[in-house]
Amino acid sequence: MRAPDLIRFARDAAAGNPLRTFLLVLAMSIGVAAVVVLTALGDGARRYVVNEFASIGTNLVIVLPGRSETGGFNPGNAITNTTRDLTIDDALALLRGSAVHRVAPLAVGTSEISYGGRLREVFVAGTNVHYQEIRRQKMAQGRFLSGGDWRRGAAEAIIGAKIRDELFGAQPALGQLVRIGDRRFRVVGVMASSQGLGMNTDETVVVPVALAQAMFNSNTLFRILVEAKSREAIETAKTQVIEIIKQRHEGEEDVTVITQDAVLSTFDKLLGTLTLAVAGIAAISLAVAGILVMNVMLVSVTQRTAEIGLLKALGATGGTIRAAFLTEAAMLSLAGALLGFLLGHAGAGAIRLLYPVYPAYPPDWAALAGLGTALVTGIVFGVLPARRAARLDPVESLAKR
Amino acid sequence: MTTSAPLIELSGIERVFYLGDSEVHALHQLDLAIAAGEYVAVMGPSGSGKSTLLNLLGLLDHPNSGTYRLEGRDVTTLTLEEQARVRRERIGFVFQSFHLVPRLTAAENIALPMILAGIAPAERKARVAQALDDYGLTNRADHRPNQLSGGQRQRVAIARATIMQPAVLLADEPTGNLDRATGEDVMRLLEELNGQGVTLIVVTHDAALGARARRQLRMEDGELRHDSARQ
Repeated sequence: MRAPDLIRFARDAAAGNPLRTFLLVLAMSIGVAAVVVLTALGDGARRYVVNEFASIGTNLVIVLPGRSETGGFNPGNAITNTTRDLTIDDALALLRGSAVHRVAPLAVGTSEISYGGRLREVFVAGTNVHYQEIRRQKMAQGRFLSGGDWRRGAAEAIIGAKIRDELFGAQPALGQLVRIGDRRFRVVGVMASSQGLGMNTDETVVVPVALAQAMFNSNTLFRILVEAKSREAIETAKTQVIEIIKQRHEGEEDVTVITQDAVLSTFDKLLGTLTLAVAGIAAISLAVAGILVMNVMLVSVTQRTAEIGLLKALGATGGTIRAAFLTEAAMLSLAGALLGFLLGHAGAGAIRLLYPVYPAYPPDWAALAGLGTALVTGIVFGVLPARRAARLDPVESLAKR
Repeated sequence: MTTSAPLIELSGIERVFYLGDSEVHALHQLDLAIAAGEYVAVMGPSGSGKSTLLNLLGLLDHPNSGTYRLEGRDVTTLTLEEQARVRRERIGFVFQSFHLVPRLTAAENIALPMILAGIAPAERKARVAQALDDYGLTNRADHRPNQLSGGQRQRVAIARATIMQPAVLLADEPTGNLDRATGEDVMRLLEELNGQGVTLIVVTHDAALGARARRQLRMEDGELRHDSARQ
């Protein structure tokens, strides 16, 4: 039997029983669609987290005061366990590192902001001009802090969008003088509203770091944010940061340095594994679909016993009949897989439409694996029925009506 | 009888079925020779073994012992693949219940043996067109079996059985599902084919039908009781 004839014969046989064909294609397509949609969800979660991390700054190295010990008890620490505070001078010293691109000190606290008789509790962040670039802070109005000596700084404040609304309402905020704590600041900018992993800026006021420290009557820093020159330079930057701080702190390594890259790759790996697991679960539905293929093809063999007998009488070999049934199973599986592929992409598209922030794109490997698995299960589960058909006794088959 | 080697030669054929504990001898010590171009009717009551004989002649069934020579070749020892090839090229079947594939049109049913034989579409088309014309089915070419009358269905089946130009035509109660007039048409058609040289073997329990053949075989309890050629 020629290949085109075989395919046409299988197609006609499938078309001869539309309900059976429809159900089989549907089952197979649901399996493939499940793989596509679930991996789209899993991979979407991974992309979402990666994007969020990228949006709060890339190549970020964060310095925290104090050593988080994970190496067990250190007798040296038991005697001298006084951690030195991070200071603006520490932050300035970090600029010496060759792999360090930018440094932003961060001092935080809470205070009150008042304007025109309105008073409000706010979160105050003291930093410098580089904070904007390092954290990818977007502005709604005006500008960020101006450059200059970190240890002085002009009495300028950048306020969050919510504070602007509450204090000024419809009035222009830029250029107005506000009182924060017991000092007067001129509002020079309004931060754009941001959501996600970054700090919530809506209820935050940013002022120069020296003024923030004066406001809180302390000379310590909450964090130092360091931007490495490139992704490859992150590890070098980290080593340099530790080295510089150690020198300044009399040889004691009393800071913790976190790289965003390490956190990011952990999340990346975690969510990648999750996607794989979800794909595995979805693949179970493909196995179920495969068993359905077998069941339906077995019923088909029984229903078409007389036809098989006839084909044998007309000179079909067992091999021809096996090939005909396998072709039919493969065609149905392929049709179901393609339909499921489209359904899955439509489903992922619908998710993206409903949740635009969620990048629910199925990874290429999952779509291909779904298609491949569907075809293979269809054919593997089609082997038994096809063999049964090929082995039917022609005399008994012909006697059946 | 002709002096050349017979088309079909059975010797010492034994076919036993096991029904539970009992053995049923469907065919017992059967010797038979049929020459090319003969018109043979196989008659006998049901269970006499005539259908088993036909299946055996058509290579759908296999004897437990004995030899079957078709065109001088021992076909009982052939592999299944080779037997399928012999069925495809040398034997045509006509069944009582037509056995047309319901989802295929008349033309497609007729083309089926050629599809199985792997004949090119262009040649298939020409031969089907010729067959449709020969059997007066041209205007029924695209009808499915359920849109055809009984006589037309059997004509399609006969066209299908002869499309590969077989040496033997095996007909099992070919008029069993037809009324007298259409049955008469079908028999005339088969006899015409026989007149063109095709060996025709008809199994029937209709005495009138059997009497039309030039040679009658009577079967009973798996044995050949009467052969009109041996008198």
